[in-house]
Amino acid sequence: MPSKKGILRELIQQRYSYLFIAPCVILFSVFVFIPVITSFFLGFTKYNVINPPQWVGLDNYRQILFHDPRFWKALRNTGVYVLGVVPISIWISLLLAVAIDQKVRFKNFYKAIFFMPVVTSVIALSVIWKWLFAGEKYGLINYWLMKFGAEPIDWVMSPTWTLPAIMIMSIWAGLGYNMILILAGLQTIPKTFYEAAEIDGASDWYKFWHITLPLLRPTLLFVVIMSAINSFQVFEQVYVMTGGTGKGVGGVLDCALSLVAYLYERGFERFDMGYASAIAYVLFGIIFIITLFNLKVVRSRFEY
Amino acid sequence: MQTALIKAKRRTAKIIIYAFLTLGALSMAIPYVWMVVTSVKPIEEIQAYPPSFYVHHPTFAPYLELFSILPMWRYLFNSLVVASLVTLCNVFFCSLAGYAFAKHKFFGRDKIFLLLLSAIMIPYQVNLIPGFIIVKNLGWLNSFYSLIIPNMAMVFGVFLCRQYIMSIPNDLFDVAKIDGCSEFTIYRIIILPLIKPALATLAIFTFLSQWNSFVWPLIVIHTSTMRTVPLALSVLNSQFGANFSMVMAGATVVTLPVLIIFLCLQKYIIQGITMTGLKG
Repeated sequence: MPSKKGILRELIQQRYSYLFIAPCVILFSVFVFIPVITSFFLGFTKYNVINPPQWVGLDNYRQILFHDPRFWKALRNTGVYVLGVVPISIWISLLLAVAIDQKVRFKNFYKAIFFMPVVTSVIALSVIWKWLFAGEKYGLINYWLMKFGAEPIDWVMSPTWTLPAIMIMSIWAGLGYNMILILAGLQTIPKTFYEAAEIDGASDWYKFWHITLPLLRPTLLFVVIMSAINSFQVFEQVYVMTGGTGKGVGGVLDCALSLVAYLYERGFERFDMGYASAIAYVLFGIIFIITLFNLKVVRSRFEY
Repeated sequence: MQTALIKAKRRTAKIIIYAFLTLGALSMAIPYVWMVVTSVKPIEEIQAYPPSFYVHHPTFAPYLELFSILPMWRYLFNSLVVASLVTLCNVFFCSLAGYAFAKHKFFGRDKIFLLLLSAIMIPYQVNLIPGFIIVKNLGWLNSFYSLIIPNMAMVFGVFLCRQYIMSIPNDLFDVAKIDGCSEFTIYRIIILPLIKPALATLAIFTFLSQWNSFVWPLIVIHTSTMRTVPLALSVLNSQFGANFSMVMAGATVVTLPVLIIFLCLQKYIIQGITMTGLKG
């Protein structure tokens, strides 16, 4: 153990190091760490920005968990969204990645085109899809539905179809990102496995189920966790798709209200900042559990 | 006989693969094409049935209307200023901290780094409300300060730079130290040029994510002159949602710069994603 004086001398010697990390440390403290702690305490208060916060103990959490049907509606919608978007998106991405991996021509062209939505503003994408989904007959999607003999769907205005419409768009938008990660995972599978299987006369189908999928497991789990975390935070799509209907952030009857949309509405439209902070911590809790699951279960079990 | 069968099988497999990819590529491209097509359609053609990808009388009227109703040049300027400054700051601060964390020995280094890293697990929504309160108390609402300063350093950037700098052999700057170079000179002359690829990745991602950023600006910007482009697009959507050609013109204005950057730097972006698992 160095003496107190020794530590002080060391600190002076190391002033450059502290100087170098200072901007980042200060920024993170002020805009990440202090907020996380503040938010935690705000969750136990009633605060409307104008009057000072008022301590209410666990009231907010009690209200959220036991007396707030809109919170449960938001949680349910978000759950449906995550359970729908994550598996479908990853299955399609997997097929796309495997297809692109088969020595196709114009590989980079395909990669680029699938990746475009990832770099495009979600607001722009949502606006475009709102137009594609437009009601009656001038929307492109309804036009095609009718061409194939189906009934047109009032996607954006009906309580039943708003959430599915948002999910379809999100699946579409996430394909490229998942595909690129899975493609990277495919590259790590040794070619010798496939060669050996070919000698044994294995079919492509067999190779996919018995070589590709098992060896791709760590990658797929990573992608699943990442997209589950991202999907739990869905907001911009909901904000745009249900915007302009005059029915608040969540659309007609809160049909597409997501957790973050509800948080936004309580915090920044009604200035219920204490309540919104409590919602934020519930969301944090959910995401934290997914992350822990990722670190503890997934990492330890599937490392090879 | 057997080989002919296998060959035929291979060919059908190839056809299925190409059909699948082409279908996928089409479904990716159509929304973008539809956006651009709609943005140059006169109203009669928007309302015409059936909807058509062919525009009989293309017009720039929706763009002119857009730029006359909203101060779009101002919004583009705002977005450009915010995205560029945030990118510059990130590149500078993250590489500086990354260098210290990677190559310096100082008291509490690993603990501080782990603490910073733990911030990755915090969803940004948790920070929105206190962030808003802090920015409000500093008097930064509706200003460039609120858009730029809280975003000047990303945990991810520090992590990326540190990883990259750790792979640089120490001998390189031991020599420089013997020659009496100051720490900052070492950073400027030795580190910066060597980590250019990492910095390029960081810069591209920061710029894209800032250009597309929506939630934070939505919360801290309430005056119309300070809006960024995505914010303007959402206003356009809620106030002029029925004017589809103008909204699509707006979407094109937001999307085009990013798509051009993407197509030029495609290789680095996809490489960066693979390297880091980061989203734009």
